[in-house]
Amino acid sequence: MARIIVVTSGKGGVGKTTSSAAIGLGLALKGHKVVLIDFDIGLRNLDLIMGCERRVVYDFVNVINGEATLNQALIKDKRVSSLSILPASQTRDKDALNKENVGKVLEELGKTYDYIICDSPAGIEAGAMMALYYADEAIVTTNPEVSSVRDSDRILGMLASRSRRAELGLEPIKEHLLLTRYSPKRVEEGEMLSVEDVEDILSIPLLGVIPESQAVLKASNAGEPVILDTESDAGKAYQDVVDRLLGETVEFRFLTAEKKGIFSRMFGG
Amino acid sequence: MALLDYFLRKKEKQVTTASKAKERLQIIVAHERNNRNKQPDYLPQLTEDILVVLRKYIHVSDESFSINLDNKDGDLNVLELNIELHDEQKTN
Repeated sequence: MARIIVVTSGKGGVGKTTSSAAIGLGLALKGHKVVLIDFDIGLRNLDLIMGCERRVVYDFVNVINGEATLNQALIKDKRVSSLSILPASQTRDKDALNKENVGKVLEELGKTYDYIICDSPAGIEAGAMMALYYADEAIVTTNPEVSSVRDSDRILGMLASRSRRAELGLEPIKEHLLLTRYSPKRVEEGEMLSVEDVEDILSIPLLGVIPESQAVLKASNAGEPVILDTESDAGKAYQDVVDRLLGETVEFRFLTAEKKGIFSRMFGG
Repeated sequence: MALLDYFLRKKEKQVTTASKAKERLQIIVAHERNNRNKQPDYLPQLTEDILVVLRKYIHVSDESFSINLDNKDGDLNVLELNIELHDEQKTN
């Protein structure tokens, strides 16, 4: 049975697509069959982050409407053969997706893939609800910042009440906290909520902490998920996330600021 | 000046903006969670009133009666009433 994982947040711009791309690719690199689905109907972006934007022919809504088969719409990743991407459509209206037709597509994908990663749109509208409805697990992507934490809490409420698992009274969705754009230096200076603060407020298990990193922008510029940048802190942190998802116990890193020498402390910089 | 900042900063640590953020979040999140699970204020009184009316006509014990207000799909509120009728009342 495929594990259906939704990457969600409520708030926009916190790193859902970056995280979906990195985690999806990371799982595929470990030899698992992975499909990444872009649920952001109208605002397709996962293709760009994955670097396959010029290979999009058919999309999710084409499949739903029977205008293309799933195999026609799926884009095979050029780097890892066990990874596929199902792009969102750009022009169709959001109401194209409903529980029934999305359920059918997921069921079909579940026959082939080990992991189905659903990249949710921002907000709490129909699109976001559709992305989380069938999830077994949720990666709640959060920035250490007040509006993001509050929105994450709202999404946790939705996961607990509006998902298929909630409606059928099944075991609840397994929730994971992914803290992104973390700056240990600012935390130490009392300018940013710490990991512990966010854990205290949201009280869900921590899956990973991704440090604020210039590598993320470079990765999206190039269309190469940041996990491929194995030298970068963000790349390493995503690798840890993947290992944890696969059940390994990995110590958290990049939680403290690099210690500066006495000279740079005294003279700034 | 970095040297001066370094020493001054230590003193300011008590009320950092991060601790303010945490405090504000804890309050608002607790409040919103409460609203999420809360039944409306009028529900206990409504329950009482319904029971009074029902008992004019039939025998209803407290255990055989339940009332529930549910929110379906965000925009539909469903008031659910469950009354268990005893055998002799069904035949009436």
